[in-house]
Amino acid sequence: MVATPETAESSQVMSASDVERALTRIAHEIVETQRGTEGLMLLGIPRRGAPLAVRLGEKLARIDPSFDPAASVGALDITMYRDDLRSGAARTPEPTHVPDAGVDGATVVLVDDVLYSGRTIRAALDALSDLGRPQTVRLAVLVDRGHRDLPIRADHVGKNLPTSREERVSVKLAETDGVSAEQEGVVITR
Amino acid sequence: MTAPANPALLVTGARPYGEEPQDLLISEGRIAAVGTEADGQAEQLRAQGTEVETIEAEGQIALPGLVDLHTHLREPGREDAETVATGSRAAALGGFTAVHAMANSSPVADTAGVVEQVHRLGLDAGYTEVYPVGAVTVGLAGEKLAELGAMAESSAQVRMFSDDGHCVHNPVLMRRALEYVKAFDGFIAQHAQEPALTGWDTDTPAQMNEGCVSAELGLPGWPAVAEEAIIARDVLLAQHVGSRLHICHVSTQGSVEIIRWAKERDIDVTAEVTPHHLILTDELVRSYDPVYKVNPPLRTEADVHALRAGLADGTIDVIGTDHAPHPTEAKECEWSQAAMGMTGLETALSVVQMTMVETGLIDWRRVAEITSAKPAEIYRHAHQGRPLAAGEAANLILLNPEASRTVDPAQHASKGRNSPFRGMELPGQVRTTVLNGRAVVREGALV
Amino acid sequence: MRHLLSTADLSREDALSILDTAEEMSGVSAREVKKLPTLRGRTVVNLFFEDSTRTRISFEAAAKRLSADVMNFSAKGSSVSKGESLKDTVQTLEAIGADAVVMRHWASGAAAQLAASDWTDCAVVNAGDGTHEHPTQALLDALTLRRRWHAAHHGPDQSPRGTDLSGMKVLIVGDILHSRVARSNIWLLNTLGAEVGLVAPATLLPVGVETWPVTVHYSFDEALAPDSAGRTPDAAMMLRVQAERMVGGGFFPTAAEYTRRWGLTDERLATLERLRLGETDCPAMLLHPGPMNRGVEVSSAAADSPLNHALDQVSHGVSVRMAVLHLLLTGADDS
Repeated sequence: MVATPETAESSQVMSASDVERALTRIAHEIVETQRGTEGLMLLGIPRRGAPLAVRLGEKLARIDPSFDPAASVGALDITMYRDDLRSGAARTPEPTHVPDAGVDGATVVLVDDVLYSGRTIRAALDALSDLGRPQTVRLAVLVDRGHRDLPIRADHVGKNLPTSREERVSVKLAETDGVSAEQEGVVITR
Repeated sequence: MTAPANPALLVTGARPYGEEPQDLLISEGRIAAVGTEADGQAEQLRAQGTEVETIEAEGQIALPGLVDLHTHLREPGREDAETVATGSRAAALGGFTAVHAMANSSPVADTAGVVEQVHRLGLDAGYTEVYPVGAVTVGLAGEKLAELGAMAESSAQVRMFSDDGHCVHNPVLMRRALEYVKAFDGFIAQHAQEPALTGWDTDTPAQMNEGCVSAELGLPGWPAVAEEAIIARDVLLAQHVGSRLHICHVSTQGSVEIIRWAKERDIDVTAEVTPHHLILTDELVRSYDPVYKVNPPLRTEADVHALRAGLADGTIDVIGTDHAPHPTEAKECEWSQAAMGMTGLETALSVVQMTMVETGLIDWRRVAEITSAKPAEIYRHAHQGRPLAAGEAANLILLNPEASRTVDPAQHASKGRNSPFRGMELPGQVRTTVLNGRAVVREGALV
Repeated sequence: MRHLLSTADLSREDALSILDTAEEMSGVSAREVKKLPTLRGRTVVNLFFEDSTRTRISFEAAAKRLSADVMNFSAKGSSVSKGESLKDTVQTLEAIGADAVVMRHWASGAAAQLAASDWTDCAVVNAGDGTHEHPTQALLDALTLRRRWHAAHHGPDQSPRGTDLSGMKVLIVGDILHSRVARSNIWLLNTLGAEVGLVAPATLLPVGVETWPVTVHYSFDEALAPDSAGRTPDAAMMLRVQAERMVGGGFFPTAAEYTRRWGLTDERLATLERLRLGETDCPAMLLHPGPMNRGVEVSSAAADSPLNHALDQVSHGVSVRMAVLHLLLTGADDS
């Protein structure tokens, strides 16, 4: 995979360290809101939400050693629940992995990279309800760029980013985008 | 009694056999004169008050009218597929001045009554001469001889007998047929297909050439040996009883080799190849489009080249179209359910031009032999397949070899839409067909 | 991908996409709510010109798990057997609103003809056409093989996603000539990098097999023995043999002789039991597309052996068919 070349039209809005700090802050917020980590499950939405959930899980474990990422972090693919399946190319679903404890009664934090129209989260809520009945569902995103089509909001936001619809927000992560740790970040392209 | 007189025709600028241009004068059913003499005689005729039409044919090639020994006209019985009238029109447009209608009509042409009917329908249509082929065995069933003598003596004067579509596979019956037709100088045209090797009486009859393609497509294979074994047997039988044998639609390299071997031994065998076997291969079956389903099946590239070589060196004597029209529903179905056969009258000469002339394998003289002189000689026609010379019967065509057309079966005069050349760009167009002195096709259209 | 007609025209990428999707679909079949909304409002017609309850039920389960509406059209005993053409039948189904036609047909090429025709815009899934191909069967076989092969080398917790069958050696044993399962498997296994050996009497191998990317063995025992590189087969796929018809057609003399020479007898089962997947300690595999003829192509002991993955094949069948329906019926029409 080739990173989008930096052009005069694009500018970096979050650096690798900004991403790191934002995730740390979100981890603290989650613990505060939850008053701990009991019954907490992180489900990242592939592709980039999945590694973000793993990183958040590691941070949570540092804050609260009783939190076991191996037993509480997973991935929830929403391909089969999308509302735009009739457009674009047919998609191969990404892996879904739900920790053995299951979602029933848990506090599930959905993790994604960019919150935009809200349609992905709508699909994730449907996918989640087919897996069981969580006690609470929250949403953590690295970037909220506005322009919602649906009545959905994030509980934890790394950065609010005012954008126009013509702009493109791309998140680059080492796990998914073939960049080095230092090259990670968020770029906005006009 | 006088028939309504046809105008005399003065053909100017045409090149007989593709050679030097020479004018031709056609009058009273004959070629009256060739060359400068034609112009002089035309002047005389005009001076006498006879109407002389001029056909300007600069750049066109004059050839003797084509003679097809292998045509299916479907009438009687399958008039939805073709009639003698529609088939005759297709023949005229294709440049044929005589066709031989195969016997697999319904009822089968195995009696004097049926062959006389077909013959009369041909005369009524008037676009080409129609000679019925008699069945060898009653109902094409391969069990007992049909009344070959009665058909020979009928008004149709049948000389060619064939169970085409079915092989006369019983060797004794084949021997007897070969012997019997000697009485009236007839000949047997064999459809060479060993029925057992092609699963003919099973629920999985052969569907296509057996080889790499059939292996992949999962269609029951039709081995080359099923054709070659019968040809080998029959040339030996013909030698043994001293009879005339004609092999229909030779399709394999091995068949060409066996016929070459037989001719080297002076066995009285002639062989025919269809235009489609000179160009199409079994690779086309990968589409499962039943328009490519035919008997014998399309073979391989190597077979195609062997057939062309055999036709060029005289091993194969004639082109036979095996024009086999079918109604649309017979081809718009599963491959294994589809009827076998392709139309061919209106594309035959173009395919010969493309595969044999434009490849440099033969010249137009040889084209005239394989499409006209030789088939007429096999049948012993006195007035067909004659040279373009003064005094000969005026059965001839004018061909524009530079023309090119995209085949559209919907435009064909045949009722059959099952042309495997659909959408292909083919060279050459018959502009004029003259049947016994009368133009039945002018400017590429029926008169 | 617009239709699934043949594994011969599946690229490695397409094949892996189907297998990877099928892996995720297996997860759905394991959970309590075995349903996805993916094909809500879409209609899948199972058009069967030949009886096959197993295949039909598998496709039906797959379509229903994706929330599609399913119509079963058994063309046996319907107007079709009274001379209605395939064209008219299919046009009727399209007028009813079908989005996909899953077709089982006795005629080789029927699915390809349907896809090439202008009779319908439906996606066409070949559920077995004559003696030509049965692509979803080959895909479920590949899913079964890939899972074991990958688990043997990388442990059961690692996802086989994105991997192929490179290094694997698979024998296909029996009536290759008349087998659509064999044809589909040969092309797919080859595309996925596996080495394929065919084991059959020459009467049951097509003329032209010499051009196929396979090794041909007339002896089952030789095929089970180490090859010149010292490698043994990792899986044996036993094809169903209709012994009575074969004996009648002269393909082999008697069922007993067939079993002795080409059947998976108890003795050959003992050999197979000693074989391992590649260099690992995991046992080799036995596959059968079902239904099995016990005592003909497989002994009873072989049929009941833990090496036999026939039941895995059945459950993988649903996953693979879900994957195929998803990939064909989602995405823009022009993709």
